[in-house]
Amino acid sequence: MRNYKTPRSLFVWVMTLLSGACLVITLIPLFAVMIYVTIKGFNRLNLDLFTQLPPSAGMQGGGIANAIAGTLIMVGIAAAISVPIGVFGAVYLSEFSSVQVARWIRFATNVLSGVPSIIVGIFAYGIIVLTTKQFSAFAGGVALSVLMLPIVVRTTDEALQIVPPDVRWASVGVGASNYQTVLRVVLPAALPAIITGLTLAIARAAGETAPLIFTALFTFFWPQGLFEPAPSLAVLVYNFASVPYASQQELAWAASLILVLLVLLTSILARWATRKSIY
Amino acid sequence: MSKRAERMDMGEERAIQPRQQQERVMDTGFFWVTRIFAFAIAGILVWIAIQMARDAMPAVQAFGLNFFASSSWNPVRDQYGVWPMIYGTLVSSALGLLFAVPLGVGTAIFLSENFLPKSVQTVLVFMVELLAAIPSVVYGLWGIFVLIPFLQPIGIFLHKTLGFLPIFSTSPVGPGMLPAGIILTIMILPIITAISRDSLASLPPELRQASLGLGATRWETIIRILIPAAFSGIVGGIMLGLGRAMGETMAVTMIIGNSNDLKFSLLAPANTIASLLANQFAEASGLQISALMYAGLVLFLLTLVVNICAELIVRKVKKF
Repeated sequence: MRNYKTPRSLFVWVMTLLSGACLVITLIPLFAVMIYVTIKGFNRLNLDLFTQLPPSAGMQGGGIANAIAGTLIMVGIAAAISVPIGVFGAVYLSEFSSVQVARWIRFATNVLSGVPSIIVGIFAYGIIVLTTKQFSAFAGGVALSVLMLPIVVRTTDEALQIVPPDVRWASVGVGASNYQTVLRVVLPAALPAIITGLTLAIARAAGETAPLIFTALFTFFWPQGLFEPAPSLAVLVYNFASVPYASQQELAWAASLILVLLVLLTSILARWATRKSIY
Repeated sequence: MSKRAERMDMGEERAIQPRQQQERVMDTGFFWVTRIFAFAIAGILVWIAIQMARDAMPAVQAFGLNFFASSSWNPVRDQYGVWPMIYGTLVSSALGLLFAVPLGVGTAIFLSENFLPKSVQTVLVFMVELLAAIPSVVYGLWGIFVLIPFLQPIGIFLHKTLGFLPIFSTSPVGPGMLPAGIILTIMILPIITAISRDSLASLPPELRQASLGLGATRWETIIRILIPAAFSGIVGGIMLGLGRAMGETMAVTMIIGNSNDLKFSLLAPANTIASLLANQFAEASGLQISALMYAGLVLFLLTLVVNICAELIVRKVKKF
């Protein structure tokens, strides 16, 4: 019979409690942020929020419709740039390249995903804002695309690797060429996982702020065009967080709530979608 | 013979005919498109480095290495020194690691060693991951309105009781290094937890079984066998966390106070390279842009070194 009062057993209990406590402490901020964002943002979650422009300083009411539109536009540009490059690049890594080359490019992709988002913002500023002499939605979209790219590549790469080689052999065996095999057989098989990854990347990009504050800047009005400054949800939160007007602070919380819900929904959907696999 | 039958007759022969010209062109074309895109991904990293170095050139020529030694940042007089921000970046990241490493490793152990039923564990792992997905600006907003007021009395207490120590020598004004360090802790916890958990979970089960079979308790096994075996993976995770912490911008900018004066007190407002960039870039002009690019280049190189080391360590572990 084991004696549960020896120092050794006591040690097991103490350590288990300690590591359990670490988990609890780790999760406290998650709940604290979720609860505060929900409580503070919920009052303003009405139709006005999605249809009105932000109020000017000190005024009541208003919404964040322009920021939602701006975020959609910039994330759209980012996806249009990063999805083809990322998906086809990943196809090369998993289907055509030598092991050595794939290793190097995967390494570079991982390092790219570690580059601080503000540095990516400076890069976009340098190549677009400085040359066009204009803060613009396009510059913001380019910055976001660089941030999305590693996520797209990694998820596509992983999705393609899960497709069993037999499927490719079967396709080549009946006389299909490489591009036919990839486009008609391998990519469709991996598509659910790829789309899941893209959704996560898009949700992530929608919440990015640092690369937008000096590429797309911000406006209180509707986005005017691709080469004009554009508002976004994330920058709205940043700008309105530090103003002393209650109404604008409430809008910042409401915009945060939208961003958090977006992340939560896509994460849960992604979980749910990757559970079912074709092969 | 009908045309159709004739074609069927030739079927066997056609199977071994070479591919049509057009199909071959499509094939090589497709191959090259994917190849170019794949190399473009790696190329972007190089492009970022070159572009930043080029834009920083005027400031590099104007200030040289003095940039690192000088601690005055004064756009009006075109004097730029980045030492206080480098100090702020390093100290805030170190503060983040100080709290995040024990918490993250503890959480990783709890979530990898089957203390809980599998289903509960999956949900908890998901929740830790979610912590990483919440936008930084939301943490910043929460930091301003919740974390700073919460830390204020603690800061006052620290200053009153331990004020003789240089790190608590100023009375807290709200924003400062300490809240920034705590926000960074929250933001890098998920990555440290995830990678430590991965490296613990990927250890061969024989290690665990052998140790338990010799009569070691679960925690003796964890401390003497599993953690040493997974050590390099955990270190890799910590370094990735450090890279994140150094580059983290929005949350830190919103609560660190953005003061360019160098103060040793953790309760005083400070600044990091990333927050400096976030604050000044939109309104910068002339040499200031270049000086900011120079500061950005420093941050880029710092995080690059940390990330490359982390990546190499983590990769080495995966082979195990």
